[in-house]
Amino acid sequence: MTVAIENASARAIAAGIKPRRYGSWYVAEHRIRGFRSYYKTLLFTAVGSPFMYLFALGVGLATLVDRQNALGGTSYLVFVAPALIASAAVTAAVEECTYPILMGFKWNPIFFGMNAAPISGAQIVNGIFIAVLARLLPTTLIYYLVMLVFGAVPSPLGVLDIPIAILTGMAFGLVIASYIATVEQDVGQPAFIQRFIVIPLFLFSGTFFPLTQMPIFLRWIGWISPLWHGTELGRVVSYGAVEPGWLTLVHVLYPIGLCVYGWRRTQVVVARRLNK
Amino acid sequence: MPSPVIAAKLLTKKYKGFAAVDGISFEVEPGESFGLLGPNGAGKSTTMRMVGAVSTRTSGSLQILGLDPNEHGPEIRSQLGVVPQQDNLDMDLRVRDNLIVYGRYFGISTSACAAKADELLEFAQLSDRRKSKVDDLSGGMKRRLTIARSLMNDPKVLLLDEPTTGLDPQARHILWDRLFRLKEQGTTLLLTTHYMDEAEQLCDRIVVVDKGTIMAEGSPADLIRTYSTREVLELRFGSDNNATVATQMFGIGDRVEVLPDRILIYSNDGDGDLDRIHANGFTPVTSLVRRSSLEDVFLRLTGRSLIE
Amino acid sequence: MSANSDLAPMHPVRPVRKPRAGGIGSLYAGNSRSVIARGLLATRSSSWLIVLSGFFEPVFYLLSLGIGLGALVGSVSTSTGQPVSYAAFIAPALLAVSAMNGAIFDSTWNVFFKMQYARLYEAMLATSLGPLDVALGEIFLALLRGAVYATGFLIVMQVLGLNRSWTAILALPAVLLIAFGFASLGMAITSYMKTFQQMDWINFVMLPMFLFSATFYPLSVYPQAIQWLIQVLPLWHGVELVRGLTTGALSVAMIGHVLYYVVMIAVGLVFTTRRLRALFLD
Repeated sequence: MTVAIENASARAIAAGIKPRRYGSWYVAEHRIRGFRSYYKTLLFTAVGSPFMYLFALGVGLATLVDRQNALGGTSYLVFVAPALIASAAVTAAVEECTYPILMGFKWNPIFFGMNAAPISGAQIVNGIFIAVLARLLPTTLIYYLVMLVFGAVPSPLGVLDIPIAILTGMAFGLVIASYIATVEQDVGQPAFIQRFIVIPLFLFSGTFFPLTQMPIFLRWIGWISPLWHGTELGRVVSYGAVEPGWLTLVHVLYPIGLCVYGWRRTQVVVARRLNK
Repeated sequence: MPSPVIAAKLLTKKYKGFAAVDGISFEVEPGESFGLLGPNGAGKSTTMRMVGAVSTRTSGSLQILGLDPNEHGPEIRSQLGVVPQQDNLDMDLRVRDNLIVYGRYFGISTSACAAKADELLEFAQLSDRRKSKVDDLSGGMKRRLTIARSLMNDPKVLLLDEPTTGLDPQARHILWDRLFRLKEQGTTLLLTTHYMDEAEQLCDRIVVVDKGTIMAEGSPADLIRTYSTREVLELRFGSDNNATVATQMFGIGDRVEVLPDRILIYSNDGDGDLDRIHANGFTPVTSLVRRSSLEDVFLRLTGRSLIE
Repeated sequence: MSANSDLAPMHPVRPVRKPRAGGIGSLYAGNSRSVIARGLLATRSSSWLIVLSGFFEPVFYLLSLGIGLGALVGSVSTSTGQPVSYAAFIAPALLAVSAMNGAIFDSTWNVFFKMQYARLYEAMLATSLGPLDVALGEIFLALLRGAVYATGFLIVMQVLGLNRSWTAILALPAVLLIAFGFASLGMAITSYMKTFQQMDWINFVMLPMFLFSATFYPLSVYPQAIQWLIQVLPLWHGVELVRGLTTGALSVAMIGHVLYYVVMIAVGLVFTTRRLRALFLD
């Protein structure tokens, strides 16, 4: 009768093929289904916030900055737009990399359910990150279109602001995800990250004024911030800001490095937590 | 003899030196309904997670459907249905969507998932709640939805961790009825429980677990025959007197156990022994003769109650 | 704190008014202080870093925009035409914004969570407390927290030399007035909310108000029609009031700003009370 068990083993092996191959996509599909319950908010934010920020900073505040001609001929609108699109991507990515992971282990512990099905911890992480991409793509695309409406992108290369912003958002989000995945007791870490990491990096990453305005001993805040790298890269493509070639390379490689680190690290942490 | 669906040998799981599961061995045959009976903290849930191929064993060997979970986790899980102790339904999705999304994890097409979901909602008596939010379901309904979810992939083996803990008696009976149907259809069941009535209702064979080790194994009837008497005489003399009176019960029954609120006398003739006690001049406040249960087996094996 | 539970039941310090049927009495037992005592205990057990973080947010904005961006901007005119440094221009606005944010957070998300999820109010209302005790207690807690943050921020402004007049000291009561206004309005709105998705809409109102209420640049940038629109919204009045006090650019219009908040507080409390009665008593 060992034939019966061999049949059972063979059936199991066959049934394992699809989940092993496509498991990450099933998780992403699940997350994206979850977006449906709040798509109105997502859409409103994605459309409303570029108009508001570009108008407030690129038009309103710009009247104060441009009368000084402080940026050497570049209008403040054009200067600030790449920072704003990258910041929008960071905001959305951090949100999608924080709550779904915190919830998935604790308040709505669906990760354990996924893992009891043939999905591995690494696939769960992949799926969540695919869903983050799925949210960043329309967010940055809409942002870019609104930038065009405002006339904030002089160069046709500026369309690269979209992938650059997505890369910046992912770099930020994935590193935060790797920390959030370790949080077992929620005592306000998300608020802490928001106030002591996201906001300071948003404010001091050469976003609203060139990093060189800051004293040299504070510039490291920009150097470690993916937002500074993303913003500077965005400025190169959108209006041809001048910088040494090696620095442009750093602006590309550093966020990619953070993505790889955050992605791998989150996979390890999630797999470890599921394997109790 | 058919080869076992689950075969565990000296299965061990240690957490920082503490052995939650300490060298247990058992086999489960196809179509069998097998129970792990023991108090909270006995290592039942850890065993279930190892069998469910989500927790790596520290040592020993384990084969499920002839495969080792260390190499073939996803393959094994594709053949299992899992009902965890705590429901982990997705609160953000509605009832029917919970089933569809879960089915997708096994690589089942969306249309096949939809058809299967409707069939299982019928089975779980939740058809009229298909569009409800999960949060709005009662505890019993959530449990039935979790069971329906675990059946999305037509599992060969169903793992149920404390399936009816926390449910009211009516909800438990509905659930037992559903599980019994699955058993009739030939699904292998592995369940943990600390309710002896549940074990007696659902299990063909039981292992009694305590502190990570197996204390005894057999069918419910076998275990009662081996480790207890046919009947139990329960006597209450008042909380302050039970212990004193118990010492004076010479020669009555096989064995006497003193609990805080009552004395248990294990006997093959409960009524006869009760008459003898009366004849000896003792007058209990209340007395009761009942059949032995797995609770008595557990008390005998460990000296402790199942539910503490 | 005179939390009643600490006292021997034989010696009540103050007689607690029993709720009367009808009128405000059925909503108010005159015992908000027990709600406050509970809130303070809860704060003590929460992470002090999180509580402290609320203070840093406006300071970060001030350092980045006021000093970093300020170097590009130079000086700016207040609504009375007085030129001030950019940092001195936005600092009072950030103070008003942080009062708004704190009060709105405490009276919306926080209250909503306690109402819908933690079921805290249900437990409180099962005692002799009325809904208005709870509402006033929560508002007081929000104000207390706001006062601590505002004091800290005013000290930072003083150190950076951004308080241009002795009237800056009056910014503290002004901030509390602003916070009270937003808290009472926020609570009224929250009492109508049913889901977290609806709560998101509050952010959609807050963001443009934050960006456009003469916070980062003078109102004169806009065409007249937009100026009027912004002048209808509450934050602009708060920004102008605090800015007048810290820069010393005083004007009669400031009396109008104060009156705006007094009316806002009254309207908020009336609606909150009416709504609480409908939710908990009818």
